[in-house]
Amino acid sequence: MTRYEEILLQLYEILKPFAKDGQSLSEDTELLSDLGLESMKVMQLLLETEERFDISIPLNIIPNVRTVGDFARQIEQLTEQR
Amino acid sequence: MALLEKFRQLAEAHEALVRTSTDPFRVTIERILSPTEAIVNGRQMILAGTNNYLGLTFDPECLDAAARAVYEQGTGTTGSRMANGSFSGHAALEHELADFYGRRWCVVFSTGYLANLGVISALTGKEDVILIDADCHASIYDGCRMSGAEVIRFHHNDPGDLHKRLRRLGERCTNTLIIVEGIYSMLGDQAPLSEFVALKKEYGAYLLLDEAHSLGVLGEQGRGLSEAAHVESGIDFIVGTFSKSLGATGGFCVSDHDEMELTRYVSRPYIFTASLCPSVIASTRAALRILQTRPELRTRLWNNARRLYDRLKELGFKLGPTLSPIVAALFERREEAIGFWNGLLEQGVYVNMILPPAAPEGGSLLRCSISAAHTEEQIDRICQAFESLRGS
Repeated sequence: MTRYEEILLQLYEILKPFAKDGQSLSEDTELLSDLGLESMKVMQLLLETEERFDISIPLNIIPNVRTVGDFARQIEQLTEQR
Repeated sequence: MALLEKFRQLAEAHEALVRTSTDPFRVTIERILSPTEAIVNGRQMILAGTNNYLGLTFDPECLDAAARAVYEQGTGTTGSRMANGSFSGHAALEHELADFYGRRWCVVFSTGYLANLGVISALTGKEDVILIDADCHASIYDGCRMSGAEVIRFHHNDPGDLHKRLRRLGERCTNTLIIVEGIYSMLGDQAPLSEFVALKKEYGAYLLLDEAHSLGVLGEQGRGLSEAAHVESGIDFIVGTFSKSLGATGGFCVSDHDEMELTRYVSRPYIFTASLCPSVIASTRAALRILQTRPELRTRLWNNARRLYDRLKELGFKLGPTLSPIVAALFERREEAIGFWNGLLEQGVYVNMILPPAAPEGGSLLRCSISAAHTEEQIDRICQAFESLRGS
């Protein structure tokens, strides 16, 4: 399993509470249009992800994150920089 | 989506709000009577949402200074200081503020908002990191965005979380600016400043403190939280505003770093804005003198704040965590806050209504800001209005 795939699996776990009943998650799931994450929930998601990976996520990356896959790739980069 | 299409959702939300409420975003003060009273919607109101902490907007010394300046220097400067030159009052105010804080340098900006934009965007760039308290004011967030630096939030007032994030940054800490506020504008709580100063020293970072709501309010001399917490020398940059305790408009930054003076040449919000008009400079200078010579105003402010805070607490309202001239009543439901705010207006009390997402943690707030100019009777009338609406 690649590092990217490991991160994806962990993200699915974090995102499970945000998903609607029966909604399945994939790397193409869109955070805004599919999961309906508005600004407060995005902040909550960032905090939980930061704790899980022991990283700080800059606010600057948010405009580049549309899907779960985009988010995983950003986390991959941030964990590599450590 | 067509250019203007994005406004449709906003228009719908606004229409829904004003179907059941006075429009909170378009309250017009028809006639201002004093620092604490005005005619609004044809009715006399107690103003309890002005940030006019020392009540100096009608102080005779400030009025005289402003009026004299208008007649002697005209109504405006009609341009930026870089292009048109500075009036002697701009330079004098900068000297007086630097002296007041015991700092080498001061730069004055045309608003408090621009001070944050101007200072943050000048100090930091792409290679740098900014660590901001999550509850910082929008002007700080906008300054961060303008700077192009990497922006990381830490949990509000949480030195443990800041510590963790500094540790993660490692060697980049020397390129890091930490930003916190003295008193937070929504709940009136204060930063644990001594702990933040200790952390910035341990990691070799820089610390910027926004004293917008604490200038004139905290500290024996009124210099704010840095004075009250006895950590002034640990703060690299102090930003403040003239639009609250000093009763005018404008902003400033003081520092001992010589580079502060050089920010004038790179700070776009400083360079490309018309400078403060002479009357504003004059009334601000007068207000700064009063702030230093009339400490009884601070005593009165805190007595008034305590009177309101204690009474609302006694009545069972959920308030901000600490006593402060900002007394915020928290409501879980947005509709409840809207109904309550309209009820207060009907009873002749004007406070600020803060709806999600502007309030911390997604709640709604009715935010009172207290003034030294409020009388005890006015504070009691505010309390009575809150009491009569309780449970309604």
